Amino acid sequence: MTLADQSTEVLAVPASRGACPFDPPPAYDQAREQNPVSRVQLFDGSSVWMLTRHQDIRTALQDHRLSADGTKPGFPFLSPGRRQLGTQSASFIRMDDPEHARLRRMLTSDFIIKRVEALRPQVKAIAADLLDTMTRGKNHADLVTEFAFPLPSLVICLLLGVPYEDHGYFQKQSHILLSAGSSAEQVRVARDDLNGYIKNLAEAKRDHDDEDIISRLIHRDELTPDEIATMGTLLLVAGHETTANMTSLSILTLLRNPDQLKRLREDPGLIRGAVEEMLRYLSIIHQGLARTAVEDLEIGGQRIRAGEGVLLMINAANRDHEAFPDADAVDVGRDARRHLAFGFGVHQCLGQPLARAELQIALDVLINGLPNLRLAAPFEDIPFRDDMLVYGVHSLPIAW
Amino acid sequence: MVSPAEDVKLRVVADRSKCMGAGMCALNAPEVFDQDEDEGLVVVLEPEPSAEHRYAVRDAVNLCPASALRFEKDEA
Ligand code: HEM
Ligand code: SF4
Repeated sequence: MTLADQSTEVLAVPASRGACPFDPPPAYDQAREQNPVSRVQLFDGSSVWMLTRHQDIRTALQDHRLSADGTKPGFPFLSPGRRQLGTQSASFIRMDDPEHARLRRMLTSDFIIKRVEALRPQVKAIAADLLDTMTRGKNHADLVTEFAFPLPSLVICLLLGVPYEDHGYFQKQSHILLSAGSSAEQVRVARDDLNGYIKNLAEAKRDHDDEDIISRLIHRDELTPDEIATMGTLLLVAGHETTANMTSLSILTLLRNPDQLKRLREDPGLIRGAVEEMLRYLSIIHQGLARTAVEDLEIGGQRIRAGEGVLLMINAANRDHEAFPDADAVDVGRDARRHLAFGFGVHQCLGQPLARAELQIALDVLINGLPNLRLAAPFEDIPFRDDMLVYGVHSLPIAW
Repeated sequence: MVSPAEDVKLRVVADRSKCMGAGMCALNAPEVFDQDEDEGLVVVLEPEPSAEHRYAVRDAVNLCPASALRFEKDEA
């Protein structure tokens, strides 16, 4: 980067947030309105493209000239730790087709709508149990540690065949992987450790006939132990941090929008749509999906050359007024299904049917099981996760 | 975009080689789309959707992340 670049005020990402902690940084909104395909600067001084419009991001995520492979030239990373995360055995989320499709299709049948629907009674029972434990003998709790994290963690453990007793361990490793402040070395150690943990689990399952995902992968005999380990780690981490943060943040959003909370309590039929609206409004992946151009292409009238990195700000796209009227307002009754919170294109979230079921059940259990649900701390004191890859809150004191 | 008007005969076609099994179709138009148990990929249950399902099918076509679904039109 040259001195000349420095003087022309290129936006540094991640940009800082404005007054409202639920909103994307104002600079992204401004870019969307004035300069939707713009140059931004990363921590290491390199510059990449930033996309902010709904239509542009939808188009880009379907374009095979944009690669999800972190080892390709120009791939944008937001910190040294992230570079490590995206280049060291990251499984199919950081691969392109056909290899991506080959690996992903080994898991698609586990997350089809029918399977997830069949799982609902179990998820409901787990949620009811957690609520019971959380509320027994007291009238306040931290929603994050007592409900929001345990629910998806218990469910993904069940599906993968990972013992839930180990949740302290894998949540700690996952936290290191997803913290912006982690060094490359910390990420490397945590990932090796977690991969080793899954590899041992998988090895122990070889002699049993269990039905869980890791058991099935090991019996397929198509994957190396390392491939199984990286896939298992991807599912374990992606499968609990995201849903957990969506749960806490959705509850906080509803508590801050009591009219919407009231509507939802009065009309349980709104719950499915409300979850889509929460996904749209909150987005939770706030630092952009990352891709790099492997051939020249044009997006939004702008030429992007091979070897140039692209950040796709789905949080800005989900507030695009052209895609969603009155996009900055929470409206649990709107049709928000076109949101990009799960991404788009071939990498669109594999776990989305499960995430939807978990969120619908969690919101239902919490808002209807706790009619007097309220915040137990001033809103200004809630610690938001600006330091993490997945946005959310570090804790959420509630009372009932 | 094809209009789901009732006087046009529409056929919905799925390209399983593009399908990524995210299930948006089976979620939004369950009468018309399913996913097979082995691979989790799209199965078309009703290739010529009746009028009442056409809006749901149009939504599914637009929401499919992998562009695996499309309408084909025959003038009736
Ligand atoms: C509300 C919860 C969730 C959100 C917001 C979310 C978001 C996302 C996004 C945005 C992507 C695309 C990344 C990209 O294109 O670069 C993705 C991919 C993925 N997600 Fe989720 N996710 C959630 C829950 C889950 C769950 C519960 C699981 C697993 C059980 C899961 C597993 C995955 C996997 C395996 C991928 C990689 C797919 C691929 O590369 O083909 N996610 N998720
Ligand atoms: S929405 Fe598209 S990618 Fe998803 S299951 Fe249906 S056809 Fe396949």
